[in-house]
Amino acid sequence: MAAEKTDPALVPSIFAPESTPAHAITHLAGFVLWITSAIFVVVGGLLVYALVRFRRRANDDGTEPAQVYGSGPVEAAWTTVPFLIVLVLTLATARIIHEVQDARKPVGALDVQVIGHQWWWEIRYPKLGIVTANELHVPVSQSSGDRLPTFLDLRSADVVHSFWVPRLAGKTDLIPNKVNSMWIEPERTGLFLGQCAKYCGTQHAKMLLRVYVDTREDFDRWVKEQERIAANDPSAAAGRLVFEQTACINCHSVNGTVANGRFGPDLTHLMSRATLGSGALPNSPEGLRAWIKSPEQFKPGVLMPAMNLNNADLDKLVAYLTTLK
Amino acid sequence: MNAATATAYLGPGSRSITSKGDFQPESTWTPSKGVVGMGCLIIAESAIFSIFVVAYLYYLGKDLSGPTPRQVLELPILNSICLLSSSGTITFALRSLRGGDTKRFSFWWLVTIALGAYFLLGTGREWHHLIYDKGLTIQTNLFGTTFYSLVGLHASHVVVGLLALLTVMGFAIAGSVKKEHAERVHVLGLYWHFVDMVWIVVFTVVYIIGR
Amino acid sequence: MNGIATTGDVTGAVPSRSAATGKTVFDHIHSWVVSVDHKKLGLMYIMFGLFFLLVAGLEATLMRIQLAVPNNHFVSPQFFNQLFTVHGTTMVFFVGMPLVFGFANYLVPIMIGARDLAFPRLNAFGFWLSAFGGLLLYFSFIGGEGMAGAGSAPDIGWFAYAPLTGKAFSKGHSTDYWILGLMVSGFGSIATAANVITTILCMRCRGMTLAKMPLLAWINLVMCGMVLIAVSPLTAAQIMLLLDRFAGAHFFDTQAGGSATLWMHFFWIFGHPEVYILILPAFAFASEIIPVFSRKAIFGYPAMVGATAAIGLVSVSVWAHHMFTIGMTSASNTFFAVSTMMVGIPTGIKIFNWLGTMWGGKLRFDTPMLFCIAFLFQFLIAGLTGIMLGAAPFNWQLNDSYFVVAHFHFTLVGGFLTMIFAGVYYWYPKATGRLFNETLGKWHFWLWVIGFHMTFDTMHIPGMLGMPRRIYTYEAGRGWGIWNLIVTIGTAIQVIGTLIFVLNILYSLRKGRPAGNDPWDAWTLEWATSSPPPEYNFAETPTVKSRRPLWDIKHPTDPDWKYE
Repeated sequence: MAAEKTDPALVPSIFAPESTPAHAITHLAGFVLWITSAIFVVVGGLLVYALVRFRRRANDDGTEPAQVYGSGPVEAAWTTVPFLIVLVLTLATARIIHEVQDARKPVGALDVQVIGHQWWWEIRYPKLGIVTANELHVPVSQSSGDRLPTFLDLRSADVVHSFWVPRLAGKTDLIPNKVNSMWIEPERTGLFLGQCAKYCGTQHAKMLLRVYVDTREDFDRWVKEQERIAANDPSAAAGRLVFEQTACINCHSVNGTVANGRFGPDLTHLMSRATLGSGALPNSPEGLRAWIKSPEQFKPGVLMPAMNLNNADLDKLVAYLTTLK
Repeated sequence: MNAATATAYLGPGSRSITSKGDFQPESTWTPSKGVVGMGCLIIAESAIFSIFVVAYLYYLGKDLSGPTPRQVLELPILNSICLLSSSGTITFALRSLRGGDTKRFSFWWLVTIALGAYFLLGTGREWHHLIYDKGLTIQTNLFGTTFYSLVGLHASHVVVGLLALLTVMGFAIAGSVKKEHAERVHVLGLYWHFVDMVWIVVFTVVYIIGR
Repeated sequence: MNGIATTGDVTGAVPSRSAATGKTVFDHIHSWVVSVDHKKLGLMYIMFGLFFLLVAGLEATLMRIQLAVPNNHFVSPQFFNQLFTVHGTTMVFFVGMPLVFGFANYLVPIMIGARDLAFPRLNAFGFWLSAFGGLLLYFSFIGGEGMAGAGSAPDIGWFAYAPLTGKAFSKGHSTDYWILGLMVSGFGSIATAANVITTILCMRCRGMTLAKMPLLAWINLVMCGMVLIAVSPLTAAQIMLLLDRFAGAHFFDTQAGGSATLWMHFFWIFGHPEVYILILPAFAFASEIIPVFSRKAIFGYPAMVGATAAIGLVSVSVWAHHMFTIGMTSASNTFFAVSTMMVGIPTGIKIFNWLGTMWGGKLRFDTPMLFCIAFLFQFLIAGLTGIMLGAAPFNWQLNDSYFVVAHFHFTLVGGFLTMIFAGVYYWYPKATGRLFNETLGKWHFWLWVIGFHMTFDTMHIPGMLGMPRRIYTYEAGRGWGIWNLIVTIGTAIQVIGTLIFVLNILYSLRKGRPAGNDPWDAWTLEWATSSPPPEYNFAETPTVKSRRPLWDIKHPTDPDWKYE
């Protein structure tokens, strides 16, 4: 087994929150952990004490110990104390539920729509006219002062999925026939990892998420690039022909061409993304070629069929697609 | 509820715990096994029906297309009168049997079966009308789905009840049903009463609230 | 006069050699197959449950090998998805429920001084329905087709969320096998529950008022009541799913306006009480075994009864804590968080009462008691992680992650299965007439405890590091690999421990020392008759005056009924 090179900043730990709702959850979690740990120490300690103190000794005379059938005051005590503890916990919980779920959306917050599919994420920025897949770009915010949180609307085109990027927020489900919403407010730039957290079929495991938190300037630049229609490089015209005349356009869209399919991810800016197949493999020309030749190899059960192109057409197609930056 | 009414309601109960003949003259009263067992079945069945009722109520008004309850449903008044009065007739039958009058028992038992059969016939006619004249099937929309499943679940329980009643009728014709069988007939009667209670709920939910 | 039989008649319960009775092996098997005796049926349920424990344990082992390292290719994604579905379904319905009903079947009549359950033939019917349900589910491995035609067994998860289970997304018949196997065994469960309730309410021996019956009987009474109201919603939802899949109905058909969340509500209205149905018998065994090995009466019998009833009642109001992430209103989320934490109170009371029983006692650490002690610590932890999961915002992070998987394995393996082991070790001498080998028992215990904690303590960590559940593989570079490897190694240790347990069962059947009526010096009625008991249990049905009839006999100058 090769040694795992793990960048600690990428480990999606729920205890490394970097966004306002995630922080709220971690505070509650800390409080709950303190209380439950204390209960464990006290009760566990009493159990250990009883096991040691009241074990039958080797020189036991075989008589039965005093039989105690119960005690009203003791029962009352150990009913009341847990009740009070539960009361405190529920008050704390109710407060955080309200704080996160009922947060008002500030004017100027960024709106994103996420639509879950088997097994990829359709991502739309309705006010900006951007459509992409699997990777989200959002601007960095601050929790007070110059706030620019991102509010997400969650929908599903098929079965139940769940959007989970632990460092940014708790998870919320994407349910067909229902619109859910959640928000994030990242406080640091960088890449945040997540993935689908509700079993949604064969490739649930490979429905990965990448959230890029950019500086305001970087974000604006990204928006401008995404808003452009697809590149139309003349040297890739042969490949574009292959694309438009094969079944590709039944499922995929490329802004500015006849390809208007909605069943698969939008490919207008395919090469701006870091992975293919929602995290099944890294995005590169070689990877793209292998993916188109046989998606099943990387993501068994994937709904994209092998296109059965001959090598020449495949090369042209890849040459075209790699111009879609 | 004192011991006397408890006994009447829950059955004569058991004084001997075993079938191997141990007699315990001073045992305290315990309820009859048949009644408790049937009570458990009724509790479980009530839970199943409750889920279908919840689904029915949840989906009211949520159809995307197709006929609505108001457009197609008519109150099944006669059907309901028949089914609910069969609870009365089965009680008459049981009283006759307890009194030892097996002929009267057979008469009222037959009337009960006839009333139940009429109910099923009426339901069948209603469904025929809904399917062929109004175009409502279980596939049509959410109303069709929840209507046929809830009413159908109830009807299937009427069918099972009728089969049991017919079986007893067969034994009665053969002269095998006697006064000492009243307890068992009583337990079956509890099932029949339950089916009627469920109809009251279904009627209210489907034909009153739902329309 | 207490009329307790001490007959040495040992017909029936132990498969004996033909020399003694002139019967062939076929006769023996036949007598078991046609039996309506609660003891034979109880043992058949238990053997059925233990067999499927090994099968589902194998499924778990295969999954753990696949997950030991990132990007593994030990099993295909399709097969992995079938493995976790069938593992979960088997463990709940074909291990948990049969074991629960098996012990109820065997113990309830004998402990209340009755000769059998109220409806012996219904009892047999219930067992064979359950067995057939298991057969149906496993037949799907060779019949049926999975999603996208890729396999045979169901691969929809044990809670089978809609619309993944609809005809559109689950082609073929694998889902139908899931539905039918469970529906059929569900009818068996309802029948057996009604049977046990009727037995307890109608067939207690003379002198045994409800207030004098063993806690095991009380707990089974509440548990069976819960079966009646909890299994039924699942049956109803499954009927609806069948109508969707075969009759074109739209209950969960989101394209036609149906609701995916409605299935979730119906399923969890079943699902949450179901897990309490599974754990209540564990509490029952603890309430019988801990007193005997502490040499003291159970502390606070009325409080234990009250706590059991409270658990039964409150547990039907907490179901949506499995649904905190589906987008319910903050009011709903708050309600379910509160009710979830509330149900922890009666559970905590029970732990305190067991502690109170041990306090001031003279603790003996035979194998049944060792498992009880492990149970106490493990269930304490499980309950506390349950409180964490009940804090809804915390749940938004932890739900559907390996933290939840760790939590529920702590309750079901660390709680339920641990006490099943305790119960088997405690009552095996009664059922077979032979004592277990203590050495093998202790090996089993220590391997089990070490393996269990290595696996399930560790498993919380990848959950907290963001690892979702039900994934057939995971990325390297997320920090999950090392923890998954440790979890898998712990699995291997548990497997060895379990095999030693099976070995002990088989070995002691032949070579175990004779147990006698009452090897543990215990106090309830089952220890008053022979080991194994005759088919009729007692020559004369007993009369009791207190909760511990045998204590009264053994201590005639200091009987319980003077103090209760």
